[in-house]
Amino acid sequence: MYKYDQYDHAMVRARVEDFRDQTRRRIEGKLTDDQFKPLRLKNGLYLQLHAYMLRVAIPYGTLNSTQMRKLAHIARKYDRGYGHFTTRQNIQYHWIKLEEAPDILAELAEVEMHAIQTSGESIRNISADQYAGAAHDEIMDPRPWAEMIRQMTTFMPEFSYLPRKFKIAVIASPADRAALRWHDFAIRIVRNEAGEIGFECYAGGGMGRTPFIAYKIRDFLPTGQILSYLQAVLRVWNRHARRDNIHKQRMKILVHELGEDEFRRQVEEEFQHFLTLGQDFPQAEYDRIAAYFAPPPFETGLPEEIDRSDPDFALWVDRQVARHKAPGYAIVNISLKPTGQIPGDISAEQMELVADLAERYSFDELRVTHAQNLVLPHVRKQDLYAVWTALNEAGLGEANLDLVTDIIACPGLDYCSLANARSIPIAQELSRRFADKDRQADIGELKLKISGCINACGHHHAGNIGILGVDRKGKENYQLLLGGSGDENTTQAKITGPGFDEEGIVDAVERAIERYREIREPGERFIDTYRRVGMEAFKEAIYG
Amino acid sequence: MRILTGNDLKNGRVVWWDGQGWSIHVEDAVDVGDQADAILAREDAACRVNGGYAIDAEPDPSGRGVRPAHIKDRIRAYGPTVRPDLTLKPADPNAGTWVI
Repeated sequence: MYKYDQYDHAMVRARVEDFRDQTRRRIEGKLTDDQFKPLRLKNGLYLQLHAYMLRVAIPYGTLNSTQMRKLAHIARKYDRGYGHFTTRQNIQYHWIKLEEAPDILAELAEVEMHAIQTSGESIRNISADQYAGAAHDEIMDPRPWAEMIRQMTTFMPEFSYLPRKFKIAVIASPADRAALRWHDFAIRIVRNEAGEIGFECYAGGGMGRTPFIAYKIRDFLPTGQILSYLQAVLRVWNRHARRDNIHKQRMKILVHELGEDEFRRQVEEEFQHFLTLGQDFPQAEYDRIAAYFAPPPFETGLPEEIDRSDPDFALWVDRQVARHKAPGYAIVNISLKPTGQIPGDISAEQMELVADLAERYSFDELRVTHAQNLVLPHVRKQDLYAVWTALNEAGLGEANLDLVTDIIACPGLDYCSLANARSIPIAQELSRRFADKDRQADIGELKLKISGCINACGHHHAGNIGILGVDRKGKENYQLLLGGSGDENTTQAKITGPGFDEEGIVDAVERAIERYREIREPGERFIDTYRRVGMEAFKEAIYG
Repeated sequence: MRILTGNDLKNGRVVWWDGQGWSIHVEDAVDVGDQADAILAREDAACRVNGGYAIDAEPDPSGRGVRPAHIKDRIRAYGPTVRPDLTLKPADPNAGTWVI
């Protein structure tokens, strides 16, 4: 993974000292709240319901054991012993003190981490396939390009005062594990007919109040031109964006209003201009970055067989372990969704256990997924039983990847100042309702996603079943949506009809799932059945 | 009744105006009548609270003093409903009912 050079270290440390000074001046009353708020947001520090919240960037979801141990240390020393992994592959702490925030940032800098651009009108943490570098179906490891884009978009003046936040994803596989088309800008690394590697580019996606699925705006971009192309995209947005209306500032609104063809035309025009400036990276710079992502020294001649004599272990292998590109190795998915628990939450002790496992069994690498789980990307198959045993003892041995209880949920009204309704209790009740292993397995793949407000941090628009919490005359109310997905066949979920109260929404979800079990054809997942029969068949079951 | 709340500037804790200063206990909150703006302006200038605002509340018949009208402020007063161990009253079996 990428290692800071002397310039990176200097920049991040300087930024910490800037923030320390800004914090001191705020506490001394030399800065008003209006003056300080944009400064703290640029360092990932929000004010939430119960305290300040710090969102720490985990670039493209990759971290090592030293960094994970530091996250555990921060949870224990500065927070309340836990952290919450987010749908942008970041981690949040919900009980932070302003007066300690600069010290936390200084500790993060020690392990090459920061909270820069995890908030505000900036280019946010770049997300990527959590299986990058290990996926059997990838053309190449997409992370060098994610890192290149991260470097060129961090602190870049033209990108510092964007109309609104801007989210980027990078993948290199036909299978989309990063919700590509729900991003403002996204690239899929592809190979053309001549065998050359390039980028398929998408723009204009996003969730929130007005969801849009990104359009493909270019079939093939030579890799060496990505800086010029991304600048062209942002230049067009910067030029036309509705900075006067917060609900129309995101690039997805502009792309929709201009139209796919006109947006593409203007980007291409700007792109031709930028190409003449010669700003793109030389190959040597790409090679320098890519060297950090060289594959680990995989052993050869390892056994492929897995001893499945322990039935619980075999169940876990079938559900949580994915195919690796190197013979004898496997990708391990760690569920952060035990029955009845809070999706994405992890204790300091669990973080340390996972760090130990990464160090011992996975070439010191860890990944965070946008579905709020963790990944050990490179585990020898012969070590899987030892890994499972350790995870199980720490309460991390759940086998529910992509099942109905593998729920994405935002913090909701229990923590978030923007939320209108609680998300977590709904997730917990659904987790308990469907806890039976046989029932979950029979239901099969089902992506269930819950947001506590229209901002959609819980990705309800992309849920096979989505739940949106709203405020209805001062009471929590939950809208049910069906038919969304964030994979390579991206679709937007649709609202079924009138909303439900806290108990009613769980029953409604159960009725929808039972209808699916009644009418599915052999081999159909929930989303397949929905696409075949449409909404009406489910509405009958949900509303009677 | 109208009461004032905000977050302590330094540590972010939820606080309530008790007539003299800021308390972490909602039961200490007092009715500020039409003085909300004046108190908040003074306190903001003193850099003691962040994001202070006035809310509607009602006397609490259960004897807890004050109950904010909106669930968001009741969650602020109590703590996350999903982590009773992190609330101000972790041992109170009725706290959840009070919030919802």
